[in-house]
Amino acid sequence: MRMSPKPVQTFRDDFSYSNSPGAIARFPFPFPDDEYRYSVNIEPHVTPGPEGSVYEFLLDIDEHYLSEMAERAIVLEENPKRCLAMPHMDLACWDMIERCMRSLAADYPQHFSLSVDGDQWTWQNRLLNIHDSFTFGDSSTLPLPPMEYMGRQVQGDFALLDQRDGDLFLDAGIVTCPADWSLAFDAGMSFSEWHGPVPLAHEMGVFERALKYLTAIPVGRPVRRLNWTLTVNARMDTSPETYPNWGTDRASVTADNVGEKVHLRVELQVLDRMPRSNALMFSIRTYLISFEDLVTNPDWARRMHRVLKTLPPELIEYKGLGRYHDLAVEWLSRFDPAN
Amino acid sequence: MSIDSIAVRVAAIEPVAPLIREFRLEAVEGGLPPFSPGSHIQVAMPGEVREIRNAYSLCSDPADTTGYTIAVRLQENSRGGSQFMHTRVRVGDRLSITPPANFFAPVWQARKHLLVAGGVGITPFISYLHELERQNAEFELHHLYRGTQTGAYCARLQQLGTKYFGYDSDNEVFCDLNQLLSNREPGTHVYICGPEPLIEGVCATARELGWPDSLIHYEAFAAPEPGEPFKAQLARSGKAVEVGSDESLLEALEREGVTVPNLCRGGVCGQCATQVVDGAVEHRDDFLSADEKASGTCIMPCVSRAAGNHLTLDL
Repeated sequence: MRMSPKPVQTFRDDFSYSNSPGAIARFPFPFPDDEYRYSVNIEPHVTPGPEGSVYEFLLDIDEHYLSEMAERAIVLEENPKRCLAMPHMDLACWDMIERCMRSLAADYPQHFSLSVDGDQWTWQNRLLNIHDSFTFGDSSTLPLPPMEYMGRQVQGDFALLDQRDGDLFLDAGIVTCPADWSLAFDAGMSFSEWHGPVPLAHEMGVFERALKYLTAIPVGRPVRRLNWTLTVNARMDTSPETYPNWGTDRASVTADNVGEKVHLRVELQVLDRMPRSNALMFSIRTYLISFEDLVTNPDWARRMHRVLKTLPPELIEYKGLGRYHDLAVEWLSRFDPAN
Repeated sequence: MSIDSIAVRVAAIEPVAPLIREFRLEAVEGGLPPFSPGSHIQVAMPGEVREIRNAYSLCSDPADTTGYTIAVRLQENSRGGSQFMHTRVRVGDRLSITPPANFFAPVWQARKHLLVAGGVGITPFISYLHELERQNAEFELHHLYRGTQTGAYCARLQQLGTKYFGYDSDNEVFCDLNQLLSNREPGTHVYICGPEPLIEGVCATARELGWPDSLIHYEAFAAPEPGEPFKAQLARSGKAVEVGSDESLLEALEREGVTVPNLCRGGVCGQCATQVVDGAVEHRDDFLSADEKASGTCIMPCVSRAAGNHLTLDL
């Protein structure tokens, strides 16, 4: 089912965020097996994917569009450093604008339109009442810096990775809904540096192989992978910068509220080569689903239980699940007939 | 969206040096994607014996989506590609190309770009110049060539004024690498494209002068070198493929209808990595690590060959 944006819901305070039955049905459940193991789980992001799925288009616009854009505005208001672009990334930012605008206008013509006359571009975003004309490539003709201008109109976090010396560097991005990482902290780091905290995978050589693969991604052949963690409450902004606001949430989980409080958080990560700058665009589109909604699908419920039950201690620690992991496994066990 | 090949029409052919011809290619339908400076494309040519696929640097304005330009030097020991482009291709002909890929992009954070071109190695830098000028970047172009053979684009390059330095060895004008690389301001990056001895010479001189490797960039890939013929046994399909001395393993596989994903055809990108079941490998690529090469379990068929007279591949 294709999703239409619904009125603004919140990812903080009263947490009014909810998934419609259609949104639950298309949720990107990330586990192919009962046991979760690291792998370089990258596959081609061939579009159009299945109609109505989160894989249909390069950028997925769903019922939470207005809510996520409102949340992003709040985060940027609180901390403008959640968006940055180093001066040498200007061309890459324009690559991103071109890719996003052309894709959105082609895939969602009811919401977005783009007209191009040489370098004179006109962009309309009817969902946010935006109608701007600008000179392509000239950042002074936009109402905001290019990364922020585009980033405020697309769901999910974005990073632009500069490629040099066979490595990737996190030199631009807009990151307001991260799973506990900080753009300002990671800015300028290389691929292996910003993956430094990930346990086990370095020894397995996962990052070396992944880096070789990523630096060879050609134009027009984006790839994707899914990543996951758990989040307490439907909170998009779980960043180190705001840790005091959400760190203590984890102590609020009880046997009675697991279903409503604990959310599976899935990131659809897409890597796409930018043609003009040779940068990689890394989009991280986050989907949240409460365990209550997740267990409406018996297959998901059973597998979620088995995945959590067999998760290695290092990953429980790294994903920050220690405080409520046992409670979650116990709650899910009632949906697993093998128990 | 996934593009594997683009049909193009040869819109113009121009000799730009005694041994170098420039081809302008336009899409048969619609426009072409923009590209980053230093990008190359593969051109597929319908040769007599087999399809020939060669990689050529793009040397037009990266922002120009109405057409691409490539420059092809006639190689003395042509394995068919440059010969075909020089003698068989006419204006109006159709060819098939891959979308651009790049293993030689500018470092955008450099404060100054020092470009060193040898002969037809000038081609990727032609695309650099358009973008560097658009961005008002600081650069110098040092162009080493033989006026009687490969001195392409000299008149056009003269217009760069004080940023252009030409060295015509046929005119006894030589480049002093030591002088070229000494006393450069911090943040200067050097880029080399040309014959292997030039790349080695610039790299060695730069390192002697204390340049860190992170400031030295070169276009590493080259056409596959010939070698001894050998037989490739394909474990899964049961096929046996004879690899001639003047063709690569990848080309031989393609000739026999065996598809292997590939991109650079020069041992850089890693796309064609193939598992080796049996037989010793002569590794000629820049992709596999020393450990991977030593293990002998993987080969890059675009450039590497059997060390003996046979290989068994997991294909």
